Amino acid sequence: MTMNEALRCFSLKIIRKKLFFKKACCQHVASDSETQNEELEKRGKERKRKKKNKTKRMIVSNLPFESNMWKENPNRYYDSNKIKTTKYTILSFIPKNIFEQFHRFANVYFVAIASLNFVPVVNAFQPAVSLIPICIIMAITAVKDAWEDFRRYKSDKEINSMGCLIFRKKEQAYVETCWKDVRVGDFVQLQCNETIPADILLLYSSDQNGTCHLETANLDGETNLKQRQVVTGFFHQSSEFHPEFFQNTIVCEMPNNDLNKFKGYVEQPDSKKIGFSSENLLLRGCTIRNTEVAIGIVIYAGHETKAMLNNSGPRYKRSKIERRMNMDIFFCVGLLFIMCLIGALGHGIWNGSFSEHPPYNVPDVNGYYLSSALAGFYMFLTMIILLQVLIPISLYVSIELVKLGQVFLIHNDIDLYDEERDFSIQCRALNITEDLGQIQHIFSDKTGTLTENKMVFRRCTINGNEFSHQENAKRLETHKDMNLEDADWAKCQQVIFPAIEIEKQATLKQKSAKPLRRCQSARAHVPGHARKRSLGRCDSSQSQVAFSSTIEKDVTPDSTLLRKVRDAALQMESLSPFTSKATFSSTTATTDFFLALAICNTVVVSTATEPRQRVTAPPLMKPSGISLERIHQLFQRLKLANLSQSFLSTQSHSDLGASFETEDNKENPAAPNSCDKDDDNNGGGRIVVHRKDSTGTRNTSLDEAFESVTQGSLQAEFCYEAESPDEAALVHAARAYSFTLVSRTPEQVTVRLPQGTLLTFDILYTLGFDSVRKRMSVVVRHPLTNEIIVYTKGADSVIMDLLEDPARDGIDVEKKLRRIHAKTQKHLDCYARDGLRTLCIAKKVLSEEDFEKWANFRQEAGAAIDNRDELLMETAQHLETKLTLLGATGIEDRLQDGVTDTIAALREAGIQIWVLTGDKQETAVNIAYSCKLLDQRDTVFTINTENKETCESLLDLTLEEVRKNCGVKKSKWTFFGIGLPSSLPASTGPVPEFGLVIDGKTLNIVFQGELERKFLELTKYCRSVLCCRATPLQKSKVVKLVRRQLNVMTLSIGDGANDVSMIQVADIGIGISGQEGMQAVMASDFAISRFKHLKKLLLVHGHWCYSRLAKMVIYYFYKNVNYVNLLFWYQFFCGFSGATMIDYWQMIFFNLFFTSLPPIIFGVLDRDVSAETLLSLPELYKKGQNSEIYKLSTFTIAMLDAFYQSLVCFFVPYFTYEGSDIDVFTFGTPINTISLLTILLHQALEIKTWTLFHWITMIGSVVLYLFISTVYNAVCVVCNPPTNPYWIMENQMSDPRFYLLCFIAPVLALLPRYFVLALQGTFVACPILKAQQLDKLPKEQRDLEIHLKRTKKQAILGTTSVCVDEVNLSTSNVCLSPFLHPTASAISHDNLGLSPQDTNPRREWILNRESQYSIRRQTEEETTSASSSLTASPWQYQFLTDRNASPGQFTGQLTDGCAERLNRGSHRRSVSAVTL
Amino acid sequence: MAAARRERGRPDRTAFTQQRLPAWQPLLSAGIALPLFFTLGLAGLAVGLGLHFSSGTIRELELDYTGALGSNQDCARCTNASATSGPCLCTLHFELAEPFPGPVCLYYQLSNYYQNHRRYGVSRDDLQLSGDPWGLRHPAEECWPYRRDPRGQAVAPCGAVANSLFNDTFALHRLVNGSFMPVPLDSRGISWWTDSNVKFRNPELVNGSLATAFWGTSKPPNWPCAAYLLDAGNPNNTGFVNEDFIVWMRTAALPTFRKLYRRVHQGNFSAGLPRGTYRLDINYSYPVLPFKGTKKKTKKHPDLVRMAELVVHNVIREYYVPNRLLLS
Repeated sequence: MTMNEALRCFSLKIIRKKLFFKKACCQHVASDSETQNEELEKRGKERKRKKKNKTKRMIVSNLPFESNMWKENPNRYYDSNKIKTTKYTILSFIPKNIFEQFHRFANVYFVAIASLNFVPVVNAFQPAVSLIPICIIMAITAVKDAWEDFRRYKSDKEINSMGCLIFRKKEQAYVETCWKDVRVGDFVQLQCNETIPADILLLYSSDQNGTCHLETANLDGETNLKQRQVVTGFFHQSSEFHPEFFQNTIVCEMPNNDLNKFKGYVEQPDSKKIGFSSENLLLRGCTIRNTEVAIGIVIYAGHETKAMLNNSGPRYKRSKIERRMNMDIFFCVGLLFIMCLIGALGHGIWNGSFSEHPPYNVPDVNGYYLSSALAGFYMFLTMIILLQVLIPISLYVSIELVKLGQVFLIHNDIDLYDEERDFSIQCRALNITEDLGQIQHIFSDKTGTLTENKMVFRRCTINGNEFSHQENAKRLETHKDMNLEDADWAKCQQVIFPAIEIEKQATLKQKSAKPLRRCQSARAHVPGHARKRSLGRCDSSQSQVAFSSTIEKDVTPDSTLLRKVRDAALQMESLSPFTSKATFSSTTATTDFFLALAICNTVVVSTATEPRQRVTAPPLMKPSGISLERIHQLFQRLKLANLSQSFLSTQSHSDLGASFETEDNKENPAAPNSCDKDDDNNGGGRIVVHRKDSTGTRNTSLDEAFESVTQGSLQAEFCYEAESPDEAALVHAARAYSFTLVSRTPEQVTVRLPQGTLLTFDILYTLGFDSVRKRMSVVVRHPLTNEIIVYTKGADSVIMDLLEDPARDGIDVEKKLRRIHAKTQKHLDCYARDGLRTLCIAKKVLSEEDFEKWANFRQEAGAAIDNRDELLMETAQHLETKLTLLGATGIEDRLQDGVTDTIAALREAGIQIWVLTGDKQETAVNIAYSCKLLDQRDTVFTINTENKETCESLLDLTLEEVRKNCGVKKSKWTFFGIGLPSSLPASTGPVPEFGLVIDGKTLNIVFQGELERKFLELTKYCRSVLCCRATPLQKSKVVKLVRRQLNVMTLSIGDGANDVSMIQVADIGIGISGQEGMQAVMASDFAISRFKHLKKLLLVHGHWCYSRLAKMVIYYFYKNVNYVNLLFWYQFFCGFSGATMIDYWQMIFFNLFFTSLPPIIFGVLDRDVSAETLLSLPELYKKGQNSEIYKLSTFTIAMLDAFYQSLVCFFVPYFTYEGSDIDVFTFGTPINTISLLTILLHQALEIKTWTLFHWITMIGSVVLYLFISTVYNAVCVVCNPPTNPYWIMENQMSDPRFYLLCFIAPVLALLPRYFVLALQGTFVACPILKAQQLDKLPKEQRDLEIHLKRTKKQAILGTTSVCVDEVNLSTSNVCLSPFLHPTASAISHDNLGLSPQDTNPRREWILNRESQYSIRRQTEEETTSASSSLTASPWQYQFLTDRNASPGQFTGQLTDGCAERLNRGSHRRSVSAVTL
Repeated sequence: MAAARRERGRPDRTAFTQQRLPAWQPLLSAGIALPLFFTLGLAGLAVGLGLHFSSGTIRELELDYTGALGSNQDCARCTNASATSGPCLCTLHFELAEPFPGPVCLYYQLSNYYQNHRRYGVSRDDLQLSGDPWGLRHPAEECWPYRRDPRGQAVAPCGAVANSLFNDTFALHRLVNGSFMPVPLDSRGISWWTDSNVKFRNPELVNGSLATAFWGTSKPPNWPCAAYLLDAGNPNNTGFVNEDFIVWMRTAALPTFRKLYRRVHQGNFSAGLPRGTYRLDINYSYPVLPFKGTKKKTKKHPDLVRMAELVVHNVIREYYVPNRLLLS
C-alpha cells in the first residue's frame, strides 16, 4: 500500500470522526440541558402552572401598551430582565436558612438530641441549655450563608443596574435604561462593543448586509466572531428602523438553555409568516462587535435568557476526606451506641441490685420507682444525650471555616497570580480544597491548557534552504522573561534586533498618535508586546480573547531570508509590473512562497483602527501620480542620507546594513515620518508603483525604500482573524517579510509586496481545508502574468506525495528537485522533532484549458445531487497533484511556560497524567513529546482501530507485551533464559516506560465492546496515555471510567467548552481562563490562568490543605472521644445514672471556645513542610495520594490514644481524690482542666509551625478557660439551677494538688505519643520528617541537599538512559514499521545486553516464537488493505477495511518496502504503532 | 490608571497571605526529647519524694462502726434496731498509739452511697437555699417528690439531698486519769466559707424569728425536725446555714466519700490528740438497710497522700457495708 493511500484512508477516518464529534457534542449538550431543565422547573414551577400548556411564546411590541394599558400587554407575564441569584430575602432568610441547614444530617441529629432533653424522664441537662450548642453552630453557618448571599446580591445589583438603550414612545427616542427594567417586547438599541442585556431578535443592523457580529466568548468560549442576520423580512428596510411601525407578532419557542437551538416566526399584520432561527438571535452576555448599531426586540429576559439558563452556579462536591469522615462518624455512632448500651445495662443491673431503695434513689413524681428494665431503657436515651458530643458537633462548622481560610490563602497566593491577565486563582468550589492534595490522575486538555493556543511562526525552509530564524527563536525565548524585565529586554532588543526596533517605534508612534478604540495597549512602554485590551463599554472580562498577542504577530525575520526577499523584490523591481510573463515567472520561489503564505488561507482582515471592521473592498485605487512623485522624492532623499553608508552596507551583509539604517532612521526620524504621514493620509493603502531610478539606485537605497514601505504598511494595523490560529500565524509571518495581506473578499485578495505594490489576485476557487485531504488550496489568477496558479498548503505527509515527479524533466533538474525534496523532508523531520507543526507549501501553474476542464468538472460536481461531497473531494484531489514544492513552515504551538517542569514534577509526585484532546494524533503526540509527557525512550503504543475484535486482540497483545516487560523487570530477565541475566545491568528497570496513544474511535470501541477493563489494565502499565480525537463526551467517559473503576482521585483541567463535561465529572475540575472564554471556568471548581500554576496548587496547597484538614479531622475525633470518655468513665462511679462531674456550661464552652480555635488555626495555617521544599521534592505529595494522614490506621491510633488519654485524665484525679470529701464539681474541675491541657498539648505536638497565631490561640485558649471558669464560678451563685459550680474554680486554684494534677496527668497522658513522635523523629525515615529536617537547614545547605538527592536519583536514571539509548539504536536498526510493533519493542528489550550483530537472528527467533500469529495477521491485514486500495478509491477502501477487519480472513504476505516507506516520516523514536 | 487596573486582582504580598509568617518549627528527636524526658522525670521524682516524706507525718485512723450483723460490736444492735426504734446509742473504744498532731479533723465516711446519682444530685433548689423568699415557698421542679408535702406545703429544704441528710452524731472522750473527758469538737468552719456565707442563706427573719420565716413550709419527710430547729440555739448555724447541712448538701463525687464532721482544735487539744484511750459515743440514727454480703467492702484505706492540713479522719460509717470507724 502506498503512503498516499494510507493517508487517504486516514483522512477519511478523520472526517467520520469529525461528524461523530459533532453528534456527540449535541448529545452532550442535550443531556446537560436535561439536568438544567430540572432546575428551571424548580424555579419556575409557579409560573409554569400559569402557562402550563403553552409550548410557544407570543411577543408583541410593548410600545402600544406603554402608557396605561400595561395590563393588556400580552408580554406582561414574561420574566423581566431583573436577575436575582440570591437565595434569600431579608424576611425569608431565617426560616429558609434553617430549613436548608436541616438538610444536613448532623444538624438534625443534634437538634433531635437537644429536643430529647425536653422529655423529663430521660433528660440529662437543662432542656433550654442543651439547645445552645446547636444554635451557636447554626448561627455561625447562617452568618456565613448570609454573607455569601449578600455578595451575590451585590453582583446582581451591579448587573441589574447596567445601562442600555431602550426605545420609549414618550420620548420618541432611545433612552438609557437599566438592564433590570428591560422587558420582553422592548426595542433595544445596541452599539459596538456593548454587552447584550437580554436575548434579542435582531431586526436592524447598520451593516449594509444586514449582519451583525457577535463575540460569544462569554457564552461558549469561542473567540471568533459570529455573524448574525437581521430577520429576513426586515433586511430590506431602506433607512432607519422605526420601532413604532412594528406591528408584528413574534412567535417562538419557550425558553430553553440550548444555545444553538432557536426557532420561531414573525407574523405580520397580513398574517404572512417570516421564519427566523438562532441565526437571528443575539444572546445575553455576548458582545456586539464590528457593527455600529443594531436594533432588536427582546425575546427572553432575565432568568429566561439562554445565558442564565446555562449558568448552573457553584456546585457542591463532597471531598474524599468528608466521605471518609462520614464513615468514621458512623463508627462513632457505633461507639456511642455501645457506650450507651453499657450505660443502660449497667444502670439496669445497678438499679436491680437494691432489695430496698436507698435514699439516693429518687422515686418519680408520684413516689414510684422504675423497674430496672425501664430505667435501663431510659438511661440508654439519657446516655445518648450525655455522650452526644462523641459525634463532633463543631466539626462540620470548623471544617467549613477552615476551608474558607484555606480558600482565602490559596486565592491570595501571589505565585498563582497571573500578572499579564490580572487574574489570580479563583476557588469556585469552597469545600474540596483538600482533594487537591490527593490527586492520582490528571486529565488534561492539550490546546490552550498545555499549550498557549497561540500559533507562532517559528522557522521555514524554502527550496531546500533552511532559514532557522535564530532571532525569532530568541525572541520567543526572551518573551518569557519579558514581564519581569521589560527594560532589560528592550535594551537587549535594541542590540539584537535593531531591524525590528524601528518598526516597533513606528508602531508606537502610530499608537500614541491615534487613539485606538479597541486595540489599546495596556502597557504602552513596551508596545511590541503589549496585550490588547478592549476599551468598550464593558471592558471588564471579555476583552482580549479574540485578539492575537504580539508574540504571534511580530515575527522577527531571518536576516538571510530577508536579504533574499529584498533581492527578489529588487529583481522584481527591475522588471516593470507589466513585463512579459516569461521573465516574471522566473522570479524566485521565495516570492511565491510568501505569496502563498499570504494568499492561501481564509483569513479575514480587519484593521485595528476600525476595530474588527472587515476590510472587504480593496483600498481605493488612487491615481498614482502624486504618490509616484513623492516616492521619487523620497528615494532621492534617502539616497542622500545613505550615500555615506552605501559602501559599508554593501560590504557587510544586509543585516548589518539594516542596523545602520535603523540607526540612521533614529537619527533622522523626519524622513520616515513624513513618509508615514503620506501613507496615512492616503488611507494606508494605494497602488504604489516604484519606478526604479533610471540612474540606478544602489542596493541600499532600495533597502531603505523597502524599510520605509514596511513602516508604512505597518501603520495600518491589520487584524487577521482566521479559522485556525495557524493560518493567522502564517499571514503574520508573510507580513514580517512585507508580503502583507491587505484585504480579502470572496472574489479578490490583495497583497502588498515588499516593493509596496499592491497586487490584487482574483480568486477563482478556494478549496477549503478539510482533515481528510489535510490541505487547502486557492486557485488565483495572477494579476500581472495572468497565469492561473494553484497554491496549496497542507500537512507534509500529504503534500510530499503530491509533488510533481521530477523524473519528467531533465536529469539536472531532477537531481536538483530530488535534492530539494530530500532536504525539505529532512528539515520537516527536524521540525517535527522540535514539536513544531509542519506545513508544506506548494504551487502549481495551470494552463487555461486545464483549468477550464477542471472548472467544468468542479461545477458538475457541485451540481450533483448524490454523493456531492465525495465528488467535490475528488475534484479537489484531482487538482492538487503534480505540485511544485515551494517550501515548508514550522509553526510552534507554544507550550505554556513551565509545562514541562510542571508535568515532570507532577509525575514525580506520583500523578498519572493523561492527555485527552480533540486534536489530531500527530499533533498530540508531538506536543506530548515536547512537554516531556512522552519520553524519547518510551515505548509508545498506538491503537487505532474500528473493529471490536481487532481492538480486543490488540489490547490483549499490547497487554501481554507490557506485562512481559514488567514481568521481566521483576524477574530479572529470566524469561530470556540463556545466560542473559549476567550481562545485564541488574534489574534497575532500564526497561523503557510505556506510553499509550489511542484515538477517539478506538475509545468508542472500548466503551461499546466492554473492553474497559483491558484498557484500564493496559493503562496501568503506561506512564502516560494520550487520547486523541476525543469528543467531549468521550473525555468525560474516560474520566468517569478511570474514576469509577480504578477508584482514584481525578482532576480534569481544560480551557475550552469541549472540556466542560470532563471538568464536571472529575473529582476536581480546573478551568484555565485563557484563550477560549469562560465556559470551562464556569464549570470548574478552581480556575487558574496557567497550567504551571497547577504545580504549586497541587504540590503545595494541595499538600497543605490535605494534611491540615486530615489532621484536623482526626484531631476532632480524638478530642471528642477523649472528652466524652471522661464522662463515660464517671458513669461507672455514679451508678450509670448519667451524671456529669462537669458543669454543663463548661462542657459547652469547652468544645465551642476553649478547644475549637487552635485546631481551626492549625487547619488554616500550619505547614508541615515549607513551600520551597514541597516544590523541590514532589514525592512528598504521595503522602496525600495514599491518604496517609487520614486512614483507618491513623484513625484507630487516634481513637486508642484518645481512650488512653481519657483514662489518664480521669483516673489520675480519681485516685487522688478517692475516698476524700471531694464533691461532684470539685472533682470535675481538675478533670476538665487536665483534659483541656492534654487536648491542647496534643494539638501542640501536632503543630509543626508555631507562628504568632498559633501561640496566641494556644495560650489564649488556656487563659480564656481559666478566666471564664473563674468568672463564671465566682459570679454564678444561684444561676443555672439545679446545680452550679459556685466558687469551685477559686477553691481549686488555691489547692496545690490541683496544680500538681495539672502537671502530672497531661504529662502522663501525652507520654506515649510524645515518645513515639520522638522515636520517629530520631529513627524512622519518613519522607515528610526528612523534609522537615531539610527545612530546618539554612537555605544554601538545603538547596545543596535537595540537589544531591536529585542528582542521586538522576544517576540511577542516567544508567537507564544509557541502556535505553542502546535500545533505541537497535530498535531503529530493526525498523519501525507500525505493524511490527510488538516485536520491535520486544527486540528492543531483548537487545539490551546484546551487541548489534546479534540482533537479526534474535529478532527472527522472536518473530517466530512469540508474535508469529499477531505479526502475520497484522501484516496480512496491511497487505490486504494495500491491495484493495490499489484499485479502490479511498472511501471504498475504507469500507473494505471495515468489513474485512475481522481476523483470519486475510491472505498475503508482508511487503518488503512498506516498512521502509512508512518509516520515512517517522522520527527516530521507539514509537510503536498498532494501526488498523 | 492602567497600572491601577492591573493591580486590582493582585493578592497582597504579606507574610500572612503568602504563608511565610516567621515561625518556630520544633522537630521532635532524641536530642530534644531525652533531656525533656529526664527533666520531667526528675521534676516528678522530686515532687513525689517530697510528698512521700511529708505524708509520713499524716496520721489516719479508721473506725468502722457499722456494726455488721454477727459482729460483736456494740453498734451491731443498732443496726438491727434502727429499722424499728428511734435513735440508738452505741460506743466504740480505741487506742491512739502515738499522738495525732492538730488540727485533727473528724470525718464520717459512707461507702457505696451514690450521692452523685444524677437524679439525686439535682434534686435540690439552690434558690430556696439562698434564702430567696419566693423560692422558699416555690421549690424547683427538680425537688419532686420532695417538693411539697401531701398538704401542698412547700418542703424546705426541698429535694432528695436535703431529705437524706446524714444525722448520726458523735461525741469523743479521752480517758484521762481513769475517766473519760469529752474532747471539744468544733462544728464551725467545716464547710466552705462561701457556702455558709454566700450560697446558703436563711430566709429573712420575720419578726426576728426564723420559725416564722419558715411558716407555711414543711420539713423534709425524713427529718425529725424542721430546718430552723437544727442547732436551734445557734443563730449562725441553724436553718439553711447549718454547717452539717451545708456539708451534706455538697454532694460527693464518688460513691465512697468522707465528709468533715468536726474539728478538734480547742482547749487542751489545740495541739492535737495525745496518745491514749478514747471512746466514741455514736448516736446511731441514720437509717441502715440490711447488709448485703455481696457488697462487702474489705478495702482498708491506706495512708492516703494528703496535704498536711488534712491530717485526719475519724468517724466513718459505711452504708450497707459493715460500718467502720476511722480515726487518724
